[in-house]
Amino acid sequence: MQRTAPPVRTPSLLTHLRRTLVAGLVALAAILVGSLPAGAAEGPCVASPSNGCITGTIRTAAGDPAVGVSLTIEGEGEVLTTVTGDDGTWSVSVSQSGDFAVTVDPETLPEGETLRDPDANPRTVSVALGSTRAALFPLGTPSGGTGTDGSASPSPTDSELEAPATPAGSTSKVAQQAVNGLIFGLLLALASVGLSLLYGTTGLSNFAHGEQVTLGAILAYVGTQIIGLPLIPAAILAILAGAASGWVQDAGIWHHLRRRRIGNTQQMIVTIGLSMVLQYSYQFFFGGGRLRIVIANPVPVQIGPVIVSEQSLISGVIAVITLIGVAYFLTATRTGRATRAVSDNAALASASGIGVERIIRLVWTLGAGLAALGGVLIALYFNSTSWNMGGTILLLMFAAVTLGGLGTAYGALAGSIIIGLVAEMSSLVIPSDMRYAGALLILIFVLLVRPQGILGRAERIG
Amino acid sequence: MDWSRILTNVVGEAFAPTTAAYALAAIGLNIHFGLTGLLNMGQAGFMLLGAYGFAITATAGWPLWASLLTALAAAALFGLILGVPTLKLRGDYLAIVTIAAAEIVRLVGRSTSLTWLTGGNAGIAGDGFKESFQATSPLGDGRTQIGPFEYSNSLSNSWWVRIVAWVLVALALYLVWRWTRSPWGRVLKGVREDEDALRSLGKNVYSYKMQALVLGGLFGALAGIIYALPRAVQPDSMGRPMTFYVWTILLLGGAATVFGPVLGSILLWTILMFVTSFLREIVPDTVLRTEQIAMLGWVLVGLTLMLLVIFRPQGILGDKKELSINAH
Repeated sequence: MQRTAPPVRTPSLLTHLRRTLVAGLVALAAILVGSLPAGAAEGPCVASPSNGCITGTIRTAAGDPAVGVSLTIEGEGEVLTTVTGDDGTWSVSVSQSGDFAVTVDPETLPEGETLRDPDANPRTVSVALGSTRAALFPLGTPSGGTGTDGSASPSPTDSELEAPATPAGSTSKVAQQAVNGLIFGLLLALASVGLSLLYGTTGLSNFAHGEQVTLGAILAYVGTQIIGLPLIPAAILAILAGAASGWVQDAGIWHHLRRRRIGNTQQMIVTIGLSMVLQYSYQFFFGGGRLRIVIANPVPVQIGPVIVSEQSLISGVIAVITLIGVAYFLTATRTGRATRAVSDNAALASASGIGVERIIRLVWTLGAGLAALGGVLIALYFNSTSWNMGGTILLLMFAAVTLGGLGTAYGALAGSIIIGLVAEMSSLVIPSDMRYAGALLILIFVLLVRPQGILGRAERIG
Repeated sequence: MDWSRILTNVVGEAFAPTTAAYALAAIGLNIHFGLTGLLNMGQAGFMLLGAYGFAITATAGWPLWASLLTALAAAALFGLILGVPTLKLRGDYLAIVTIAAAEIVRLVGRSTSLTWLTGGNAGIAGDGFKESFQATSPLGDGRTQIGPFEYSNSLSNSWWVRIVAWVLVALALYLVWRWTRSPWGRVLKGVREDEDALRSLGKNVYSYKMQALVLGGLFGALAGIIYALPRAVQPDSMGRPMTFYVWTILLLGGAATVFGPVLGSILLWTILMFVTSFLREIVPDTVLRTEQIAMLGWVLVGLTLMLLVIFRPQGILGDKKELSINAH
């Protein structure tokens, strides 16, 4: 019944350290080339030199957000559709300046609601690249007049954010997405190293790991927006609190479950329950809307053919430095070597005098801290966070970890970068709202041909 | 406090179509997990595929039987595709792949580029696909009140959906009961207990696992149709949380038991309804908003799942000796 899984681990550490360093250097080089998360599809649209935004909020006559209203935005050869979110907001990203007709589908308005000004549907909005325009559709009883509605605010002269459009050549687009993917992959790696280390040392697939990522992001939001701290101290506090939560979780739950000899599969289902508890608690306290850690728009920097935001540049560097730090810890320090020993064979490690429980506690703390850091940086990359951010990327993390080889820390890095690249670059060929599906599909293909992962040791699994 | 309203809500929930749909899905999962030991974390994917298969073809005007067959075929195909790469691997791989595959179905279904087929993230509105089902109703038009419960006879959230749903559940229970006692069912239990022993007896474990995966998925597809009939097909409401509720239901009632899934579903939804209606009555709106109360309910479901698995993994009806949750 009990399976103290001898986890899949890599044979030669030196090779992997070398690979890690190479990966790190490649990443650094690429970061110097720069990136900008151009209109990260998950978050609300953020204007950049290469896109413009049309946004709005639809509220019912009573002032509650109108959820699920569909809108069509048409113009300059683009037809876009969107639906209002839980907070009644919607936004689309357009890739050319010009006039766009925004149409609300009256069928999708909440029951009993009508447009206050049916004549103003569709509404024409002029948008320039790098700027954001609102198109408002007030609901209420049709008054005939335009009333006091905020209406669209197209002021074509207002172009303070307008920047020269990037050359729309396909090379630059590929380079742009590649750099985005690399940065996203590095951030994903930060978040998934803990997942992988934990699997390595205990054999547990932690489905609540995504919530650790969200925790970091939400705590940073609390620090900057509610307490009013500057970003850096808020982020550091969030990471420390995240690490502490890992320690507390292991001491409070998982340590006891291991002592009660509860199997890994059972523990995995417990993590699913925990993930539900945490997700809905976040939503309970912070609502279903988007939370922005930093309100200011990102500062774009153009280097070579691609555009970076300063934030992504710094995030990428932080990720590389941290990952090198983790690699150093695992290969060159006593505790790190002990961690790898536990990963290799917990019983043997215990017999040779290593405090297995102490190491597992450390892995929980370290993993949760890294997840919190990853969460803060990913929230900055997406420009916002929300109660289910971690849940959304959890499967990408699992894909990364499985791809690299379950339980190998370096595998998590390699896998994350591949998943990041696939997720961002696949939007060049498939619709961008399917890009995560592409990344997950890779997971299934890898299992088909190489179930032990890229860096995993071939062994019989099953 | 209005006790009679709370009571009406709770009892109404006990035989609601949603409760039946979850019971059916849990019966399917019981074939996967309870009987065969497969960790399917993508039951919502089977349900969503079933709902899509039914709704898309019914909207296109296909007859009821053709829509049903399409839904079942979609789920069977999905099971085959999932099973090929994973059934030879360790159990937790199946868990990760099924959860990822269910997510792929949802992500692709809600993609704006497929709006013409699946309605994108808005889903498929109910009026389009319900006709062929509602036309089979012998109950006619109008509404009927039985006790405090008043529903339409045939339309949407109707008496007809309730009757069909619970008849399906009863049928599924009968089948599972027969199967667990059949030689075939005993082989499945053997797969759960000790694959290697079965292999040495010359059984093709892989093939049995595949049969179980597909069969359980078919129940999932039926559940998805029942779930969609009173409302609409909404991909985002049929994501990962749905799978987790099905798991909670199965583990609450008792995996590897015949009646466990039904008991679990009725208990989960009535208790949830009781807690949320009760809180709504006693807590003023200014302290907890309605949606916050719903969230508390889900926190409770998560906690239930955690505590169940730790302290009573066999659930209410289960036999601890028969089932220890464990991956192969």
